[in-house]
Amino acid sequence: MDRPTPLLQIHDLRLQYRVYGGALQVLDGVHLHVHVGEKVGLVGETGCGKTSTMKAVLRVLPMPPAQITGGSIRFKGQEILAMDPRTLQQVRGRGISMIFQDPTAALNPVFTVGQQLEAVLRSHWGRRADRGEIRAAALAALEEVALADPDRLLDAYPVQLSGGMRQRICIAMALATKPELLIADEPGTALDVTIQDQVLRLLHNLVEERNTSVILISHSLGIVRQLTDRVYVMYAGTMVESAPTRKLFTHPGHPYTQQLMEVVPRLSGGGIAPGIPGRIPDYLDPPTGCRFHPRCPHAMEICRREKPPAFSLDQDHQVACFLYDPAQGSPAP
Amino acid sequence: MATILEYRNLKKHFTVGYRDLRRRRPITVKAVDGVSFHIQEGETVGLVGESGSGKSTVAYTTVGMYAPTAGRIEYRGESIYRNGRRPAHLKKEIQIVFQDPGSSLNPRHTVKQILELPLRIHRPEVGNRLEETARLLEMVELPLEYLYKYPRALSGGERQIVAVARALAAEPSVILLDEPTSALDVSVQGKVIHLLLRLQRELHLSYLFITHDLSLMRNVADRVAIMYLGKICEIAPTQEFFQAPQHPYTQMLLSAIPVISEEEERLKPEKIVPTGEIPSPVNVPPGCSFHLRCPYRMEICAQVDPEMIQLTPGHFVRCHLYPDGPPTLESANGDRHGTDQGHVPEPRGHRGL
Amino acid sequence: MSSLNPSRTAASPRAWRELERASRRENWGRAWYKFSHNPLSVVGLITVATIVLLALLAPYVTPYPEHAGPFTDFQNAKQPPSLRHPFGTDVVGRDVFTRTVFGFRFSLTMGVVVLALVVPPGVLLGLLAGYYHGTWVDTLIMRVTDIFLAVPPLILALAIASVLEPNLFNSMLAVSLMWWPWYTRLVYGLTAQMRNEYFTVSAEIMGASRWHILFREILPNCVSPIFTKMSLDMGWVILIGASLSFVGLGVQPPKPGLGTMVANGARYLPDLWWIALFPALAIVVIVLGFNLLGDGLRDLFAAEEI
Repeated sequence: MDRPTPLLQIHDLRLQYRVYGGALQVLDGVHLHVHVGEKVGLVGETGCGKTSTMKAVLRVLPMPPAQITGGSIRFKGQEILAMDPRTLQQVRGRGISMIFQDPTAALNPVFTVGQQLEAVLRSHWGRRADRGEIRAAALAALEEVALADPDRLLDAYPVQLSGGMRQRICIAMALATKPELLIADEPGTALDVTIQDQVLRLLHNLVEERNTSVILISHSLGIVRQLTDRVYVMYAGTMVESAPTRKLFTHPGHPYTQQLMEVVPRLSGGGIAPGIPGRIPDYLDPPTGCRFHPRCPHAMEICRREKPPAFSLDQDHQVACFLYDPAQGSPAP
Repeated sequence: MATILEYRNLKKHFTVGYRDLRRRRPITVKAVDGVSFHIQEGETVGLVGESGSGKSTVAYTTVGMYAPTAGRIEYRGESIYRNGRRPAHLKKEIQIVFQDPGSSLNPRHTVKQILELPLRIHRPEVGNRLEETARLLEMVELPLEYLYKYPRALSGGERQIVAVARALAAEPSVILLDEPTSALDVSVQGKVIHLLLRLQRELHLSYLFITHDLSLMRNVADRVAIMYLGKICEIAPTQEFFQAPQHPYTQMLLSAIPVISEEEERLKPEKIVPTGEIPSPVNVPPGCSFHLRCPYRMEICAQVDPEMIQLTPGHFVRCHLYPDGPPTLESANGDRHGTDQGHVPEPRGHRGL
Repeated sequence: MSSLNPSRTAASPRAWRELERASRRENWGRAWYKFSHNPLSVVGLITVATIVLLALLAPYVTPYPEHAGPFTDFQNAKQPPSLRHPFGTDVVGRDVFTRTVFGFRFSLTMGVVVLALVVPPGVLLGLLAGYYHGTWVDTLIMRVTDIFLAVPPLILALAIASVLEPNLFNSMLAVSLMWWPWYTRLVYGLTAQMRNEYFTVSAEIMGASRWHILFREILPNCVSPIFTKMSLDMGWVILIGASLSFVGLGVQPPKPGLGTMVANGARYLPDLWWIALFPALAIVVIVLGFNLLGDGLRDLFAAEEI
């Protein structure tokens, strides 16, 4: 592949949490990359390490108990894990910004929307901006997220706004600094479906316009399908599959991805699948080899012994599963 | 099949504050405002709506967290409230499972203690409670060593299953499920739903399934009802509901659902793009409460609240687009004490005093 | 572990008990891990345990137990700390170390008795007021509580002690009178909040009695904050007890109250510094110990999951 250096590249990231009885092996060799202008989805169930991965990227993990035991995270070729606080602050402000799941918790209730938005802009522009300029930029930012009456909104406190408006304001704040990469952690999950739909379409249009790269974290396959170009599927701290969105939804490769697709209730009916047998592994003592093997219907001897590397089904479709190992010789299910 | 639970024009209004200092003009939230439907024996009725639609209030009123402001709830023809209190045998027959399994189980009680409470209250004849709690755990397919575990040691799905077992312990005939799986992952949701469906078959239970997830209801419910701002907009047998949704709000909801296949995409009514916010239930728009967001709104919508009409057997809709039984001004105001809804909603402040 | 999984039909009482015990062990292990994560909490626990042991075994661990009462030995009076008298001797020749250890007895008695008098009514009133939140019961209980909180504590204690006879019992009574409202307030807040938790609502819907809801559903969830507060309060009560003794309203000489000893010793400062210093240090150590222990308990109960 002769594509340019990715904007963000996570290589073999390992992370553990020290707790009672040992250490939770939360991330075990996570790979991920995002190119400029690419919209990438990160799918997985609660506790699979999606958010921990992104927290590691922003270096906001509580250490201890968290501990990065290996791997690298490069943003535009620079190692984030080795950055000094000043450079890191610059990356967090102008390089990467984040939208959180709960817009209520993300906004400070004692400051007005305008104060919070202006604080973000001021830290971005430094001293050279005057107050009028900042106010104008804040107004523009609110207009962009299709909020009516932005002048009045700037003086409003978060509690006076609806959930949908707060989520829009969070988007405005995240995009105000014109970041190169936007990490959206379950955006709109806390909202009602008709509001969520509007917010997500807005977000989609904004990042499309600016050619911003996006990592969309979600447990909802439907949302990821709507908004992304490429998808990573995580299971229990490992990356099990990555593929272009369309391909993933029509031809899921990994047994976990296949089962996940089956358990989603369909609008077209057909009943509910009985869930994936077994439960999420104990991170204190994760299964050897492939972490999915105790729940996998196709588990083989080798799955117990060795951790599967990523096998390529296609140039852009990787599956970490021995079913796709040419050496095993068995045809894929 | 016999009707087991019937709602007749149920209303639940809350006073959330006052517009003046002398407490003369209360600010009222009409959480549930004239809801009528029924559940048959062994049936699952899905009650779907967004936040503020009043769907949970319907359930909470049924289990006695609040007394209804007006209207009746009947269990096999017997009113649930007598002088504002529920008879003990109805507390046993109607159980509820709450949304958040983290908060509905006492963190300081073991699973055994949690399951014993309904036994002590409703089934004092059970001699060996330990045996009975073990049987309940077996019924919901949890390992027996869970009896001595605390809720925090269980996963979210397991906690919800314990909540289901607690509801079963009273040997009810109706269970109200208030978003029982919306806090769970899909892979766990499947497990819980399967358990619920199996228990329904084996124990001949009736479910009122409250949720915001239409895709789930497509696969679980026998009939689906949609609520918006305290009123039912549309109610129909599941098959028909999804194939021929009639109310514009139903269509808007359906078109907003994120789906994962082309096949489902084709089922969505493409025409309606969701717009607008859900109005605050304190300030419900006059006329049809949905008219502000409705793409098909007509002049009449802002003035007259439509009546529920039957389109086909079992398929009811409340919208002026379907004037089969044209709502005259009188019938639209029938249950409104003759207040003319065509004008400013100011006089409503005095109601209920 | 097959022994942990008795099948229903073959479940013997022993297997059940074994199961219960295993999960209890697990819970204690987890709790100790969290508690011991902060070394200061462990220091607090060790300090408190040592002091309690010393106080209990005072007649056996002190070199001169007879010095705890009216005893004079003018030949050995006013001796600075030495190997024979590690904390020195006072103006009438009594061993300060012995008297300090016996002083712990009075301090701990004070703390234990006051908390025993204060916690049950305080908690009960708080439960009632919280459960009947928004009714006249709530109003009545909380307004009375406010009135008691408005009286300056030391002044009330002084007033009571001066009207009645100044002795340890009366000072405990005084401290108790001004202490219970804090427990009412604590439990009131917790109960009002717990009352709306779904597990309480669940029990109510199920038809559980009020007694069950108050004492079985709500109270167990208040126990951790109550214990935390009790540990922190032990320190405070002891401090106030010592203050009352210091101004002559608590433990009466020749009994060795720590505050009394500091008060008497203060007259001979700075020459005979050891007479006042060691009892004063003892007060610092005991109060600090209970505070550290309380902080540890708070950490333990704060984050449920680790």
